[in-house]
Amino acid sequence: MALLEVEDLTVVFGRKGIEPTVAVDKVSFTVESGQTIGLVGESGSGKSVTSLAIMGLLPKRGVQVTGSVRFEGTELLSLSDAQMRDRRGRDLGMVFQDPLSALNPVITIGKQLTETLQRHQGLDNKQARAEAVELLQKVGIPDPARRIDEYPHQLSGGMRQRVMIAIALACRPKLLIADEPTTALDVTIQAQILRLLSELVANTETAMIMITHDLGVVAGLCDEVNVMYGGRIVERAERYALFAEPRHPYTNGLLGSIPRLDMPRGERLVPITGSVIDNIPWTEGCAFAPRCPNANDDCVQGPPPLEELPGGRMLRCYHPVEPAAEQPATSEVAR
Amino acid sequence: MTQTAEQIQPEAPGTSDVLVSVEDLKVHFPIKRGIILDRVVGHVYAVDGVDLVVRRGETYGLVGESGCGKTTLGRALLRLVEPTGGRTVFDGVDLSTLDGEELRRMRRRMQMVFQDPLSSLDPRQSVESILVEGMRAHGLAKDRQQTGKRLRELLDAVGLPSYSLYKYPHEFSGGQRQRIGIARALTVQPDLIVADEPVSALDVSVQAQVINLLEDLQGEFGLTYIVIAHDLAVVRHISDRIGVMYLGSVVEEADSDELYQTPLHPYTRALLSAIPVPDPVVEDSREQILLAGDLPSPAKPPAGCRFHTRCPWRQEQKCATERPELREIRPGHRVACHWAEDIEAGKITRHEVEPELVETEVGPRDVPDTPVTVTDIV
Amino acid sequence: MQMLLERKKRRIDELAAAGQGGTSLAKQALKRMLRDPVALVGLVIVVLFVLLAAFAPLLAPKDPYRPYPELLENLTVTNIPGPMPGFLLGSDADGFDFFSRLLVASQQTLIVAVLATLFGLMLGMIIGGLAGAIGGWVDSLLMRLVDVLLSLPALILAVSIAALFARSNQWTVIIAVGMVSVPVFARLLRGSMLAQRESDHVLAATALGVKRTTIVFRHMLPNALGPVIVQATLTLATAILEAASLSYLGLGDQDPFRAEWGLMLAQAQRVFEVKPSLAFFPAGAIIVVALGFTLLGESMREALDPKNRR
Repeated sequence: MALLEVEDLTVVFGRKGIEPTVAVDKVSFTVESGQTIGLVGESGSGKSVTSLAIMGLLPKRGVQVTGSVRFEGTELLSLSDAQMRDRRGRDLGMVFQDPLSALNPVITIGKQLTETLQRHQGLDNKQARAEAVELLQKVGIPDPARRIDEYPHQLSGGMRQRVMIAIALACRPKLLIADEPTTALDVTIQAQILRLLSELVANTETAMIMITHDLGVVAGLCDEVNVMYGGRIVERAERYALFAEPRHPYTNGLLGSIPRLDMPRGERLVPITGSVIDNIPWTEGCAFAPRCPNANDDCVQGPPPLEELPGGRMLRCYHPVEPAAEQPATSEVAR
Repeated sequence: MTQTAEQIQPEAPGTSDVLVSVEDLKVHFPIKRGIILDRVVGHVYAVDGVDLVVRRGETYGLVGESGCGKTTLGRALLRLVEPTGGRTVFDGVDLSTLDGEELRRMRRRMQMVFQDPLSSLDPRQSVESILVEGMRAHGLAKDRQQTGKRLRELLDAVGLPSYSLYKYPHEFSGGQRQRIGIARALTVQPDLIVADEPVSALDVSVQAQVINLLEDLQGEFGLTYIVIAHDLAVVRHISDRIGVMYLGSVVEEADSDELYQTPLHPYTRALLSAIPVPDPVVEDSREQILLAGDLPSPAKPPAGCRFHTRCPWRQEQKCATERPELREIRPGHRVACHWAEDIEAGKITRHEVEPELVETEVGPRDVPDTPVTVTDIV
Repeated sequence: MQMLLERKKRRIDELAAAGQGGTSLAKQALKRMLRDPVALVGLVIVVLFVLLAAFAPLLAPKDPYRPYPELLENLTVTNIPGPMPGFLLGSDADGFDFFSRLLVASQQTLIVAVLATLFGLMLGMIIGGLAGAIGGWVDSLLMRLVDVLLSLPALILAVSIAALFARSNQWTVIIAVGMVSVPVFARLLRGSMLAQRESDHVLAATALGVKRTTIVFRHMLPNALGPVIVQATLTLATAILEAASLSYLGLGDQDPFRAEWGLMLAQAQRVFEVKPSLAFFPAGAIIVVALGFTLLGESMREALDPKNRR
């Protein structure tokens, strides 16, 4: 049995008088224990909403979550708030993009850590404090015995993110969800945090879902990568296969858009035309069609299904990029 | 992209090869405390002695992490922030000697593109009035019809339909807004454009569109660029030469290929190695130089070499006491490191660094340069 | 390919059609406001009040400025005539038609409130605008002054200003009530001007070489004005209350014939036990109108800044 099974997860936002928006549309994937999987997409792709839905952190009002999220066989979506809160501290940990807003500004970081430890592990004050110092040490905070009594604003962005990670890992969760954990950080700090995450995950057999817009982050970290567009998974593959042979025109377009340090300079980037506001609803066809260089009439006849290809790859496209082909005929169609 | 022009014709405006030269530029922001009367209790050394030269028609990239002073440098060299010391010579004219009106006129020739395309456009103005404003300020909008025609041409050049003129900034997507920002800079026919993080607020797929656009426009209008960014991959892609900044000063400067192939400053090496490459094969094999700890506060920069607190090649002598000069090691390649030659020759090897405590005493201007991505919730 | 191109074309046409003018932020805010029931209630009250004030002399069934013999004949120390034919709400303490006076009083109340608010707004905007646009020591000096004004409780400040005048009349009230809101407007405008000064689009205009004055009047002021307009609407409500308080305290208009709700309330106090409705009606009118302005102001604040909702 997989650790986490997400099946047909759908999140619809809608308030009275406003047209409902489908943020996540029948998303399914599984996470085995110890595995690191990536959810990649740009703004509006639904990747963060997916993670919040799994964690049960979406507001109740105006949000409709359907489908199924099973963690070790237990259906998370049907748990009560209290049960879910308990799960979140114990089995599921989460690291957010902005540690400053995720940490309570008026409580010392030590207190925030020990509270978690005491609630879920029943440690007394002294034990919890000792454990907290050890955790801070483990996530690479210099002089933890002193830092433990500081407030979040006294720490740098990178240090705050380390504290977040320490809190998320305090109770040795089986699954860690990292939502853009390094986006707000500088590259050299990002490298530190990514290294820390991958080491912690490897040493503790924790499974991780890495949510990011940065294909570079995914390339070095994830076993399997899901590419999301407009609320649906459009391509899923094991990382080497995905980067060596992107089949979905969106994945391919993303890779062509990124200037790479290890490539010769002077080559022109091949951008994806348009922007997400050009999307069409999935019900009418492929949401990406208006921006897609391969799009054809059948792309707007009906939505393409997510089909399994040899090698375990999943693909949602009528006209995928042919493997081993040179650069596909990318023309700037929509102008 | 570099132009060939007659050399050695110093100080004659319009003919020299050099368009911008920055000399020992300093910007120190006072940290003020006090309830009734402000008392200066210290300074944030945002920019602390920068020299650089930008040639006509080239793209000069300034790269560095948040707090390195790159944004302040970009603004100070246009005198949008008043420098504490040093000067900028723009096409033979010392900007620090200009009075208000002269400077205002000069601004026509040096424009800026901002990071956040939404906040840099006045939300209450239609695109037309945003674009016309600069032309009017410099007396370029005399004839109504002519102006209208020019605006349409400009919109076309940046890839926007002409009906955009009657719309408002909030009605556009991020990428389109950045195109408006670029068009605004072009309305006054500048020679120089300083682009401060022009793509970091945009989605990856849109970033490439804007990068290509900037490249196209450079050829079309004969522009000189100073591109400021935290993303070395982006900067390397568009720049001819790159200056790497750390804590208020340039630590290395070289042609962009040279910088990538033979980075000489330890910080540049660490920076290069920290950037993830979207290729698992490369990622698995490459060697990473992880820096220990955080950037020290620009209000209390370390003595000696500013990087010595985090440098894996730090030596007993000089590093902690003597501030290294930016010196030319090879033609066109300048480095501010005492030991650059020895490091390159492999005489000095890397060692572990204990991370030092960094007190984050946030200065008044200590706003992070890092991009803020749009939240994902629809 | 055909269908796809069709789709794209259609989308561009849609955009172009929608673009024949574009919706400015103000238009959007107005649309949002008109969908808000709270705003509509406030708007209805305010509009009715303004119409009432404008046409009060025509609407009043009797002359509000003279006593009527029919009322006077029954008027004693222990009895004030109630409703009778021709006099909807009966007499006031002086034998005048209470209903007519109540209607006409709306005019005076509106004039005082609007003029006081305008006075406060003008002076506050000049001070705040100067401080925000110039900054430096001008800012420090003006703001310290404003802080002194702000540190005094509103009513005490108004009372002391009103007491400065030898003979108080309606202008006393207007100036006193207006002065109270000066520091509020000044601080508010200065604050949002300063925020605008630091904003990217002002920096962009500076970088473009736009003249300083143009930047202040085209970019900083219009963008800083939103909260000030909201505050002005809210101030109308407090101005009505404060003007009423001053009149009540006897620092208002000394002309006994002029009708004003606060004054009527003060006069009713003497005869409260004889005819309480003389106090209830003006008090109720003050409350409803103040509520109307407050509702309108609050919903304007929300409409201008949709992020505040939820």
